[in-house]
Amino acid sequence: MSNTVLFAILLLAPLIGFLFNGLRWKSHNAYLAGTVATVAAGISFLCSVVLVSKLFGEGAVPAVSAKFYEWMAIGGFNVTAGFVIDHISAIMVLVVTGVGTLIHLFSIGYMSHDERPSKYFAYLNLFLFNMLLLILGENLLLMFVGWEGVGLCSYLLIGFWFSDSEKAAAGMKAFITNRIGDAGFLLGIFTIFFLFGTVNFQEIIGRVSGVPDLTWTGPVTLACLFLFIGATGKSAQIPLYVWLPDAMAGPTPVSALIHAATMVTAGVYMICRLNPLFLMAPNVLNVIAIIGAATAVMAATIGLTQWDIKKVLAYSTVSQLGYMFLACGVGAFGAAMFHLMTHAFFKALMFLGSGSVIHAMEGEQDIRKMGHLKKYLPITHATFFIGWVAIIGMPPFAGFFSKDEILWKAFTSPHGHILLWLAGVIGAVCTAFYMTRLMALTFWGKSRVPESVHPHESPPSMSIPLIILAVLSVVGGWIGIPHALGAILPGHPGNWLEHWLHGVILEPAAHGAHPSATLELALMGVSVSLAALSALLAYNFYVTNPERPAQFVSKIRGLYELVYNKYFVDEFYFARIINPLIDASKGMWAYIDVNFIDKTTYAVSDVVRGMGSAAKSFQNGNLQQYAMYIALGVAVTMFLILR
Amino acid sequence: MLLSLITFLPLVFALLICLVPKDSWIRPVALVLALVEFAVSLYLFKVFDPAAPGVQLIERMAWVPEAGITYFMAIDGISFWLVLLTTLLTPIAILGSWTSIDNRIKGFHAAVFVLQTSMIGSFLAMDAILFYVFFELSLVPMYFMVGIWGGTRRIYATMKFFIYTMAGSLMMLLAIIYLMFTARDTLGMMTASLLDLYTLKIPFVAGSFLNPQTLLFFAFSLAFAIKVPMFPVHTWLPDAHVEAPTPGSVILAGVMLKMGSYGFLRFVLPLFPEAAEYYAWVFLFLGVVGIIYGALVAMIQPDIKKLVAYSSVSHMGYVMIGLFAMNMYGVTGSVYQMLNHGVSTGALFLLVGMIYERTHSREISKYGGLAKAMPIYTILFIIVTMSSIAVPMTNGFIGEFMILMGTFEASRPFAIAAVTGVVLGAVYMLWMVKRVFFGPEGELVKDEHHPLHDLSVRELVVMAPLIVLIFWMGLFPNHFLNYSKASIANFVENRDNYRLVLDAPATSEKSAATFDVKSDSVAKAGQ
Repeated sequence: MSNTVLFAILLLAPLIGFLFNGLRWKSHNAYLAGTVATVAAGISFLCSVVLVSKLFGEGAVPAVSAKFYEWMAIGGFNVTAGFVIDHISAIMVLVVTGVGTLIHLFSIGYMSHDERPSKYFAYLNLFLFNMLLLILGENLLLMFVGWEGVGLCSYLLIGFWFSDSEKAAAGMKAFITNRIGDAGFLLGIFTIFFLFGTVNFQEIIGRVSGVPDLTWTGPVTLACLFLFIGATGKSAQIPLYVWLPDAMAGPTPVSALIHAATMVTAGVYMICRLNPLFLMAPNVLNVIAIIGAATAVMAATIGLTQWDIKKVLAYSTVSQLGYMFLACGVGAFGAAMFHLMTHAFFKALMFLGSGSVIHAMEGEQDIRKMGHLKKYLPITHATFFIGWVAIIGMPPFAGFFSKDEILWKAFTSPHGHILLWLAGVIGAVCTAFYMTRLMALTFWGKSRVPESVHPHESPPSMSIPLIILAVLSVVGGWIGIPHALGAILPGHPGNWLEHWLHGVILEPAAHGAHPSATLELALMGVSVSLAALSALLAYNFYVTNPERPAQFVSKIRGLYELVYNKYFVDEFYFARIINPLIDASKGMWAYIDVNFIDKTTYAVSDVVRGMGSAAKSFQNGNLQQYAMYIALGVAVTMFLILR
Repeated sequence: MLLSLITFLPLVFALLICLVPKDSWIRPVALVLALVEFAVSLYLFKVFDPAAPGVQLIERMAWVPEAGITYFMAIDGISFWLVLLTTLLTPIAILGSWTSIDNRIKGFHAAVFVLQTSMIGSFLAMDAILFYVFFELSLVPMYFMVGIWGGTRRIYATMKFFIYTMAGSLMMLLAIIYLMFTARDTLGMMTASLLDLYTLKIPFVAGSFLNPQTLLFFAFSLAFAIKVPMFPVHTWLPDAHVEAPTPGSVILAGVMLKMGSYGFLRFVLPLFPEAAEYYAWVFLFLGVVGIIYGALVAMIQPDIKKLVAYSSVSHMGYVMIGLFAMNMYGVTGSVYQMLNHGVSTGALFLLVGMIYERTHSREISKYGGLAKAMPIYTILFIIVTMSSIAVPMTNGFIGEFMILMGTFEASRPFAIAAVTGVVLGAVYMLWMVKRVFFGPEGELVKDEHHPLHDLSVRELVVMAPLIVLIFWMGLFPNHFLNYSKASIANFVENRDNYRLVLDAPATSEKSAATFDVKSDSVAKAGQ
């Protein structure tokens, strides 16, 4: 099959799935709806595998692409509906369609008792379609189409159980917060278009000059800054991260797909896509690195205190996304893509695992009411366990390789700094602690499950995706084994990922001596052992001596309250921005519209009325008279003209 | 004769409606007639040449030769879609009011057709006085529509509407007359034809207010700004909308507001190029204020219809900044946004009307949980909401994107300020959607004595064309833009020396000789 046909099937399969399920949205048949949706996602996955395979082996091409039609053409602004798979989008499209298919499959069991499964699967397919537009679009505008499209699906899915006012509000919050980012994205598109005369990725990259823009207000810096604002919205970074924890109101597989594995990484993907441009804006890179590191640490600390299983995972996601931005900010775009991929595996796994737990606990999400679930949920426990080892960065699990690469680059890159590395390590220590805490409270220790609840393991359609994701969480990191480690391992495995991304992802120009392999191994040892110690401490806290956490918390009550309440950021936004805006709007309406403009108008009309008694009839509502006035006016005018 | 046919056919229909003997026949007859008019207007696709940059299908004859007033009708890529929008929205409005208008239906439908003639006429008239006549004529049926079939405060609303717009248009009439006299003094003949008025060089002094071009510019601008409406002369609009019956709102928002923005494009910018350039910042500023102010005030409205009305202020603010960006992107976006606003705000008013018919309330706080009671209605409402807040793949995105891009090219600070509207638009619409459709069921929704029925087949038929257009215009904007491109490019590139008919001789003597033999001698007599 030709590339065009494959691209068409790849994109249209989820759209057709959406239409199929959307048109029979009233149906209660979760199995039919879920099967159709899963098959649609699976077809997309197969098409992407076939397309990506053309980048390999004999006769490999750097990219495969297809153009469908000219979307918009005005003046010099031409946008084609064209799609491309190159070495960067290949990783993303495989992750999205692959993990996406697994999550679709998982959803069949999870949503089997829901009232409107067809609607759910329709939205899920629509999301996949938009995500594919975002990933594969050959230009910034198509990416933006997908970007807003996934935001819309996120809105619909977070508020899926809309009868609950809070869930509907969470959806709205997500959409609006994302819109702030999107406004920045739009400005970024404009800056780029008027700078390069195109919005096509390849052409932009071809026209990037080799001279870094060292100012704060130069066009390249501004373009990158605007685009990064867009990324902070979609990828939940400071200051726009507040929507993601609330987004957990949606069904759990949605949290796995949209709010962990795929959509929220779009900001990282966009920056990597434009990496040669961002490299020319070192000031923006610094901003990105600082925001990323700050987000990584802040969200990890909040994760230490939360009781809702999904909230812990949500803050963990925000924190891990911070790592990816930290990587981008130090110019290690390859490491960012690497962590994006491994994170998609283990975080999707953990979210689906939490879904399995919630399913088993009949909707309970509070980890204080769990404990010792490993007895009832052996598969969920085993797979979650692998996810846990992966996220806390223990070798040879996936998270170790990608996180370590980020920390190493933060330390050695010309854009890096020891403080950025330190922040990364602190984040890693916190991650190991809260993840162990989550493991311990959920699966280990004594059971605190209420007697009315009888946990049970999930059906195979739910455990199979867990198992596949668990395998990926183990082996996923092996494509990027660092050279320092590869050199001492048997068989000397190379860094395949670095090779794959060579040429499409540029490295910042290094200066000074080449950092030594010994240093790399030493730093690796430091971060791994600190994380391991932290995990042991958490185990001690929550399994061996379960009374300790409360004692410890009582000693630092103030600090604990601050962190537990998420640093009062939401409260701050409401008190300082949202409520004042609403009050100001009410005030404006009352004073400007009702009092000032209208009263002025009345005053003017009173003056006019006072000018002659004949004008009294002005307000009697008699239309014949108005018609007469108009006629009279026209007659007088005619007379004036013709006099 | 096609343009005259399209313009005056509805007037004939209005008379026909008066002859219908039985009240029960009026609605079907009116609908069929409106569809006939729509079909006739579709014939434009066959004869209109999208590649021609100037006006075409010219119809011209003397009307008041003593004053150089002509009956001059022509169409270009800018008015093309506005005419079609008018002929499309009229049958939709008639079908949409099938059950909501229940008294004096004969008069109502006659008024709709008279209104249609006046709106189409103002988009096609290329003579200033002829335009003025159509422009003013539109007030009369709208006045009746709100005043007779409107809500409880209809008299107040109609008075406000009438006085505001009359005040504006009187200024414009004076300005037109002044222009005609200027033409007599400089061209040697009195004329109201835009063909000649465009050739006038009206003295302009930068920095001073009291010079002819600046004064004329503001006189025209005031008239059109009230119609658009721009901040701060917008306050008639929310009142008129709230009191107007649904079809009145649809036509008022869908088409009549565009007469204002179209007026800027047809009269203000090409007639007074220096003043427009010099004072562009005033309109960019007021446009941006309108976008933000309209959105913020819409946000806190307790009444759905008033919210939509204020959203019009915000949307039309976009149209204005696009026009005053005065580049290809901005103007194209504005022309597109005029159509978008017609489609999506028209659709919103129809939807609000449908729920009002069921519950007789538009109070947001009395709703909630409507999504469960009326799922199809909810789906349509959310689609239209997405179009209104310019989500990609809907029509709204293309217009808003182009406008913001044009504004960005013209002035970055204004573009950055205007971009906040992208966020605020989502805020006021989604907050309303959340309160009306989601959450627990409100008092009107769970009222057991009046269970809510989802949309009827008729209501679906009313919405279908608009929903199709929302996606069609969003996915294939080129299908629409290709008809306007040449005219807009001609306007943008030759703004200082704009001509309606490109291949016509540029000098006034010759053009007068070609088109207007009579006025020459008469002008001399006039002197």
